Amino acid sequence: MKNLRPVSIAVCLGMSLPVQAQPILAIDPARSEVTFVARQMGVPAQGRFGRFTAQLAFDPARLAESRAQIEIELDSIDTGVAEADTEVKRRAWFDTSRFPTAKFVSSAVNHLGADRYEVAGKLTIKGRTRDIAAPFTVRRVNGATVFEGAFTLKRLEYGIGEGMWADTETVADEVQIRFELTGIAGK
Amino acid sequence: MVRRYTATAIALHWLLVLLVVCSAALGLYMVGLTLSPAKLKLYSWHKWVGVTIFMLAVLRAAWRLTHPAPPLPDPTPHWQRKAAAVSHLLLYLLLLVIPVSGWLMSSALGVQTVYLGLVPLPDLLAKDKALGELLKLVHVTLNCTLAALVAVHAAAALRHHFVNRDDVLQRMLPFIRPPTPR
Repeated sequence: MKNLRPVSIAVCLGMSLPVQAQPILAIDPARSEVTFVARQMGVPAQGRFGRFTAQLAFDPARLAESRAQIEIELDSIDTGVAEADTEVKRRAWFDTSRFPTAKFVSSAVNHLGADRYEVAGKLTIKGRTRDIAAPFTVRRVNGATVFEGAFTLKRLEYGIGEGMWADTETVADEVQIRFELTGIAGK
Repeated sequence: MVRRYTATAIALHWLLVLLVVCSAALGLYMVGLTLSPAKLKLYSWHKWVGVTIFMLAVLRAAWRLTHPAPPLPDPTPHWQRKAAAVSHLLLYLLLLVIPVSGWLMSSALGVQTVYLGLVPLPDLLAKDKALGELLKLVHVTLNCTLAALVAVHAAAALRHHFVNRDDVLQRMLPFIRPPTPR
């Protein structure tokens, strides 16, 4: 995705960019990560997604036109335990063969103060779309823009872990998602 | 002369027997399961029992150090006294070391131990799969050693009771009247 020209990306984003469009940033995978912390029996289990793409348009002076779209390849999940990696791709969890990606599309970006912002939007996993909001910070590092934030989702709202796995006594409903995305000028 | 263990020593002994049996049963059963909520529960329970065994073993070792065991019957041969002392020492060591090996194995395999789901134990080792597999082998080997020692320990106690007909087993049995001193 990151190699597409800005015009195609604008189409992808499904947004009507104003004439003076903000530059679309792609992300540098080497300096970006999407991680999560789930809990089983009170034990925090930290994992990550290895492959994801994002297109970001961010201008503190023009927040109304700021946009984010992030797609995560769910097959790239790394829970830290091989047996769990296999399990969470199955039907009861992500069902990655039918729903290979999780997708976030922003609807609004708000300023919270200083370098802190909040992005609201729709997160779609396993065919279910829910509204989420994630606070994040922005910092400039060597010409790149680093967006770092976190939010908590309830896995059962997306049907992640159905059937016997819906028991939240064993695997907690709440999962914390952390992201650190390094945006670089797209080609 | 006192010929019985103290009530505390007897209680700790049998409580540890119960917990070790539970822990072994859980351990042997859980490893064969495919991933399920039940498996996650059993693994956590096994770890909680293990942590409890460790704490009780520390308490028991401290108690033993401050409350000497009653003397063995006079006719006990020297080699049996030695064997009893060495095997008891090894049993104490294993009750302390086996839980620690499980804890370290967990850390190395990347799954923290959270006692009762509430108290996180620090991970003393960073995640390292090869080290985790090695510690798994250590944990299993130590447990086999413990099982063998327990068998010898129980056989010796039964031999004292049924063959030698002395009070060595009785002095560790709960709920019986102290035998009259000879």
